[in-house]
Amino acid sequence: MTLPLYGTASHSAGFCSDKARSVVRLRAVESSAERHAADFALARTSVEVLRAIEANWPSIFVVSDGSIDLPSTFDGRLVAVPLKYNYLGDGDVLGFDHSSKKFRTLFRRNSAHNSFLITERCNNYCLMCSQPPKDVDDRWILSEIKESLPLIDPATRALTFTGGETLSDCEDFIAVLTECRDRLPTTAIQVLTNGRAFANSEIVDAWKAIGHPNLMAAIPVYASVDHVHDHVVQAKGAFDETVLGILKLKDRGQRVEIRVVLHALTAPIIEETGRWIARNLPFVDHVALMGLENTGFAIANDAMLWMDPMDYSDGLAKAVDYLSAAGVNVSVYNLPKCVLPKSVWPHAVQSISDWKNGFVDECNRCDEKNNCSGFFTTGRPRFSRGVRAISSPHHEFDSRGLASTASGE
Amino acid sequence: MARFLAPEAFSAATEDLSLLPFNLERTGTSQYLVSNMVGDFIRLTEGELNRLVDLQIQPGDGLYEKAYAAHLVTGTNQKAQRQLLAARLRSRMGFLQQVTPLHIFVVTLRCEHSCPYCQVSRQSTDRSRFDMSEETAMRALDIAFASPATRIKIEFQGGEPLLNFPMIKAIVAAAKARSGKKVDFVIASNLALLDDVVLEFCKANNILLSTSLDGPADLHNKNRPRPGGNSHELAVAGIRRAREVLGSDRVGALMTTTEASLDRVDDIIDEYLQQGLDGIFLRPLSPFGFAIKTKQFAKYDAQKWLGFYERGLRRVLDINRQGTPFREFYAALLLTRMLSDRPIGYVDLRSPAGAGLGALVYNYDGSVFASDEGRMLAETGDNAFRLGHVDQDSYNSLILSDKLIGAISSSLTQCAPECSTCVYESHCGADPVYHHATQGDALGIKPLSAFCARQKGIMGLLLDILENSPEDAAILRRWAAS
Repeated sequence: MTLPLYGTASHSAGFCSDKARSVVRLRAVESSAERHAADFALARTSVEVLRAIEANWPSIFVVSDGSIDLPSTFDGRLVAVPLKYNYLGDGDVLGFDHSSKKFRTLFRRNSAHNSFLITERCNNYCLMCSQPPKDVDDRWILSEIKESLPLIDPATRALTFTGGETLSDCEDFIAVLTECRDRLPTTAIQVLTNGRAFANSEIVDAWKAIGHPNLMAAIPVYASVDHVHDHVVQAKGAFDETVLGILKLKDRGQRVEIRVVLHALTAPIIEETGRWIARNLPFVDHVALMGLENTGFAIANDAMLWMDPMDYSDGLAKAVDYLSAAGVNVSVYNLPKCVLPKSVWPHAVQSISDWKNGFVDECNRCDEKNNCSGFFTTGRPRFSRGVRAISSPHHEFDSRGLASTASGE
Repeated sequence: MARFLAPEAFSAATEDLSLLPFNLERTGTSQYLVSNMVGDFIRLTEGELNRLVDLQIQPGDGLYEKAYAAHLVTGTNQKAQRQLLAARLRSRMGFLQQVTPLHIFVVTLRCEHSCPYCQVSRQSTDRSRFDMSEETAMRALDIAFASPATRIKIEFQGGEPLLNFPMIKAIVAAAKARSGKKVDFVIASNLALLDDVVLEFCKANNILLSTSLDGPADLHNKNRPRPGGNSHELAVAGIRRAREVLGSDRVGALMTTTEASLDRVDDIIDEYLQQGLDGIFLRPLSPFGFAIKTKQFAKYDAQKWLGFYERGLRRVLDINRQGTPFREFYAALLLTRMLSDRPIGYVDLRSPAGAGLGALVYNYDGSVFASDEGRMLAETGDNAFRLGHVDQDSYNSLILSDKLIGAISSSLTQCAPECSTCVYESHCGADPVYHHATQGDALGIKPLSAFCARQKGIMGLLLDILENSPEDAAILRRWAAS
């Protein structure tokens, strides 16, 4: 199932009108952590609400479908949301719009998959984009992120910035990353970008100057040939800028991941693309070969893009071979083990964010379920004809009919 | 939602395309082998090649994609194709950043062996005439430490260097007492004189042993006579002892191919396997030990040697297919160049040549040579690669000597006739000493060069296996990977 990360509060009170939005952090009522102006006591029952008031919480966030009675003496800030947002917990951060009462969950402390959307603007227009770009002025999002950063648990292991094109407002975004360096120096920061901005050396120098100890630019390359990549991203000249950007980042010692999304335009040539990356860009830090998330533009272009992973698994295995043989760290994302050749299994990782990850009934009979990516629950999921439960160890029979147990499967 | 554009909207017009440099060789009736600037190979038909050269190609026709991915064409206004080639070329030539990493000290010319293929040994017992003096050794060390490389290797050679073991000890101690460089040590010895004292010293100073093993006992002893006729017995015992005391990766062996070896490559390889060695370096016959009667003889000789090499390589691949990892090291070197951009500074496989820039040789008498073969030439009266003397010269005066600059600049494969247009140029090397020895000219006429014939023969063979024998290709790729 998909976690609802957006919603509308059933009730709110006490917010001043000189500001359109607030960033809110939830705290357990009993939390002894130092209180920040953005902190709200998280209460799920009337009893917890009363305890929060006794503990002098000036702001209270209620998760409940029932009505909450507040003492008339309470004059602090209050937000109430329906019970379906019960996943919210201590340390989580939300953005809240005062007048519309709309909120978005920005950060879940207990999740390994936290990502901040930087902007919806993009200079690519990828045929399979899961987050279709909009040409709107959304610079308020960056301000909200700046406000959120001090509220994020510094022990957070990983954080992703995504878009849109994250480098659309390059200077402001780099300022955010610089703040991450100071506030979250031990957090692995991943930035999803089309990399085209890095064709400009000044931007690469600014990126290097951030100096975050664990910063990675994750950049898509869809082919070894210019026009194929440019068609996929619907931008002429993008391939040249993206590859140039990767070279400039690596020239300055920056960490780079290459991402290849697999669909009917990229998957049939994945062996060649893998070989080309292995030969030309073996110095990148990671290559992710990724199953398609069937949402956004991917649904609109389904007829052009859908390809059953069973039909490209041989080429995928060869691409993985070429890359590993060249010493490149390679992973396969978003594809369940049952559709992958065994040689690829060691590279297949559980990559789908927890809030949109699911399994089908067949998976309940599968011995690999706990080590499997499963499926996206977003959009209009499409399933390979190869999806079937795996039972291990396999008993295989040789020509004389003797059973042998294959190990390591 | 905006409309999506069709593939044609992203195609480059022919007039916006430019060719990038490439080399080619005809390999059959209207078949060509083509290599780009960094030596990636593709095969084209004559028709395809003509269309490519005329830029009669367009996105979607298959040839465009092949040529673009192989960096044979670029959009005229694009930068990435050229920058990729530049980055890769820079990586491949990275060995130039470590100037003169190898320093060979000939601590004595005396030897108790009397190998006919050796041009340098003396069986004299006259220590004062053929041993390196401490004064010479220390001056040579000054020169070695003046070289720019941050990590150097000091290799002790002879003669049989263990006949002057006290000088080895003195040089190791003096090198270790100096600061500023990381120093590795190798002793190239026949191991006949290896004893516990030497082994303990090697262990204490992390010294690598490199020895000679020409094959099974009869062949080895025929090639390498010594009093008692027990060279093989002593070498094998030495290898075993060194493996025990120093570790299996601390002793290596090299073979020299003689005419007697040519029919026996399987026996030679089996001998290496039996001694527990992890690979073999199938080396060509050295031109310095054989009379070069005619230039055609050298060429004919290369063909015979290539037959020997191919049988050997196929035997090594058999061994791997049967489950024992075992390498042919020359193939591994070439494959690393053909399949990766890791810088390989192997002295015979680089251009600019490795003479002087890759290694300097300090002879027992203080003369300094650009290569070990250059020293052998001097023993027969040819001083073409004698760069100077430790008493009169500094590192700079040796490296900037007219002799060295002349030999290196006149032999660059990047601009030499036949080499500059050769489809294998990226993976080959200039060998001015060899060509001087065989043709009296550092550059040489390549169609007459056995070096050239061997290089092209081996690379052609490796390409054939990579393209047509998947199981063997997987083994070869592993050799290139590490």
